[in-house]
Amino acid sequence: MNKLNNGVVLLAHGDGGALTHELVTELFLRYFPNQTLKGLTDAAVFSVSGGRLAVSTDSFVVQPPFFPGGDIGKLAVCGTVNDLAVSGAKPLYLTASFLMEEGLALDDLERVVASMAATCAEAGVEIIAGDTKVVGRGNLDRIFINTTGFGVVPQAVDLGYSCIRPGDRVLINGAVGEHGMAVLAVREDFGFAGQIKSDCAALNGIIEKLLTGVRGVRLMRDLTRGGLATAVKEIAMGARCDIYITEAAVPVLPAVKGAAEILGLDPLYLANEGKFVAMVAEDAAEEALAVLQGHPLGKDARIIGEVGEGRGNVYLKTAYAGTKFLDMLAGAPLPRIC
Amino acid sequence: MCLGVPGKIVEISPEDYTAVIETFGIRQTINTFLVGGVSLGEYVMVHTGYAIEKIDLEEAQERIRLWEELLAHEGFGEVPRPGDSKGAD
Amino acid sequence: MRDLEKFRDPGIARALIKEIRNLAARATKRLGRRAVFMEVCGTHTVAISRAGLRGLLGDYLDLRSGPGCPVCVTDYGDVDRMVKFARLSENVTVGTFGDMVRVPGSDSSLERERAMGADVRIFYSPADAVRYAADNPGREVIFLGVGFETTAPAVALAIKDAKARQIKNFSVFITHKLVPPAMEVLLSDPGLKVDGFILPGHVSAIIGRKAYSFLEGYELPSVITGFEPNDILDAIRLILKMMLEGESRVVNGYSRVVREDGNRIAQQQMADVFAVCDASWRGFGVIPRSGMTMNAGFKDLDATERFSLPPVAPRVPAGCACGDILKGKLIPRDCRLFAKACDPRRPVGPCMVSSEGACAAYYQFERHLKGVTAVE
Repeated sequence: MNKLNNGVVLLAHGDGGALTHELVTELFLRYFPNQTLKGLTDAAVFSVSGGRLAVSTDSFVVQPPFFPGGDIGKLAVCGTVNDLAVSGAKPLYLTASFLMEEGLALDDLERVVASMAATCAEAGVEIIAGDTKVVGRGNLDRIFINTTGFGVVPQAVDLGYSCIRPGDRVLINGAVGEHGMAVLAVREDFGFAGQIKSDCAALNGIIEKLLTGVRGVRLMRDLTRGGLATAVKEIAMGARCDIYITEAAVPVLPAVKGAAEILGLDPLYLANEGKFVAMVAEDAAEEALAVLQGHPLGKDARIIGEVGEGRGNVYLKTAYAGTKFLDMLAGAPLPRIC
Repeated sequence: MCLGVPGKIVEISPEDYTAVIETFGIRQTINTFLVGGVSLGEYVMVHTGYAIEKIDLEEAQERIRLWEELLAHEGFGEVPRPGDSKGAD
Repeated sequence: MRDLEKFRDPGIARALIKEIRNLAARATKRLGRRAVFMEVCGTHTVAISRAGLRGLLGDYLDLRSGPGCPVCVTDYGDVDRMVKFARLSENVTVGTFGDMVRVPGSDSSLERERAMGADVRIFYSPADAVRYAADNPGREVIFLGVGFETTAPAVALAIKDAKARQIKNFSVFITHKLVPPAMEVLLSDPGLKVDGFILPGHVSAIIGRKAYSFLEGYELPSVITGFEPNDILDAIRLILKMMLEGESRVVNGYSRVVREDGNRIAQQQMADVFAVCDASWRGFGVIPRSGMTMNAGFKDLDATERFSLPPVAPRVPAGCACGDILKGKLIPRDCRLFAKACDPRRPVGPCMVSSEGACAAYYQFERHLKGVTAVE
């Protein structure tokens, strides 16, 4: 197909006519060959059983669309799968809406779609509905994707801010800051771009293991924009408690640490796409840690803090026994010289 | 006012005053004009992609030795004076 | 690198903190109040906050942030000019260090101009800006030369490089500033209550220990130091020790990087490209011989010469206490705008804009501390 039309996306690919049909049948259906999508009906119809329905939607506009460790397609699947998973749902189906700039190389589109298909297979979800639109050159940069995900929350799962109690432990499944630093470095063309890979990964496998293996998980959050600091601050405010994080316990890869020092950034505020925190009852924390560490996406899992009585503050205990206050991210992190 | 990172020189291109340094496993190319000639294995302090000074490892080790010695004796000694060390000559 | 890790060693830090508390208790007894030390450099401010040192020492010492954040002291008029450069034409790329992007001028910032369509590009190094200009000959690249003595030599080298390579679409808007003249203004202010200075490590790497001879005659023990927690703690220990012994010297506590005469090559680069001039500092006003302008030989790369901008009349927001905060006369919480009309989401003054600005650092890390109060 990519030989046709000089191998680029044209406005006509989005007009609903012959080229749209060709794109759908020869690209999307080839990579997403499930029965529901194959019908090409106006709506996907499916039945669910076994619990409450969870729905999540997210738009992906990452610049650049290809980055070390992933691409916008992988991100679009992982992002929505992870939002469902941290809510306690077993992700089942996704919809995918593609917004493309005319002139996008069909090879690039195919790379994105292939990456989505591979990520869906890993995560055990299917794309059952979709849409494509093409806009004029300059109206967006290459490709944006929206995904909406559906999952089922088993009856036994009960998560929420109100479940959090003083004494609960804060667990993380691995090192922070990789995605944010990887994307920033390639976007701004810093000299070390490419040396750090995004941690982009679907977390539903490890989370299912945690929820089925351990009682006492109170709440989970994935650590996307705003990083660990912002997510923990949101939890503290939502649960009306204080949270104490031990800085030395938070894993940071040496390369991320080095790049963060070069640019004057704090890894605690950098985005992640394959990391989550779990608030776990004190007496279940060690068991939960063992479950996380037994999964490939949790090898570097740690207990990084605990919950205390309070009103929504987050304190970071530094290696020097000092404490500092963690707040939400104010504006995207910018590299500094001073 | 000025963020600096230390880095170890791991590659040198004398013709255009650049070098590759390594900081916590991250490699980047920097300009070395401001510190004159550099050699492999030397440490430099880097600001905005330019080495602004060489790091004197002996001075660094001397300070650490002082701390560790004083730490062992549960007390700290006199304030160094110019002339006590190379940096203050 | 393993040696350099020792400068972060928590065991050494604990011993230093213990010693500082002992010495500071004696100093408090003698003074009848906590000793007040000013960290002149904004990077020290951030390092102190990140390690949580201010909270650890707050009962014993009053650590003040000085004027050493070049973004904080960039005058409203200069930010307004940067905004005007960004608005010049579709062909213009304004290149800047990330710190400058959110700094508000009278009615806009580079961030806002970028949202409105201007091409504002962040560069880690001035060399990257020159490379970008060479790769994009159709664009006029205006680089913003912000920063103190540490940054100016790198910008001078980039300017020389662009001139030698005849890169015609590259120019620089210079707002570089010099630290010693600002310190002299601090010293001449009778309202300033400081017992000692923590002096900037990387400015000193360029200008050398000798450049602080103007501190002679003042009873102000001072230590040049680096940015690792143990560097800073050791500097505080040495200042206290000198204070108690009645000494007031400028000690080089950063001898692994700072030499007595500084970096002569870097000084020469600055002298080749820049001439010293008077400069307007946000919060201070005009300080004689504290700024830089481009020498005659490089006027063709001076953005103010290449593009004639209409004159600007800056409007400074009312009630902002940044001036007195930068002088160490007030702490952020003393400002009536602090955490009310002014916070990191909606910064009014420069001290809230920069993540190393005194107000932003207080807001982020120390709003909750009780021990942080104004000078008794």
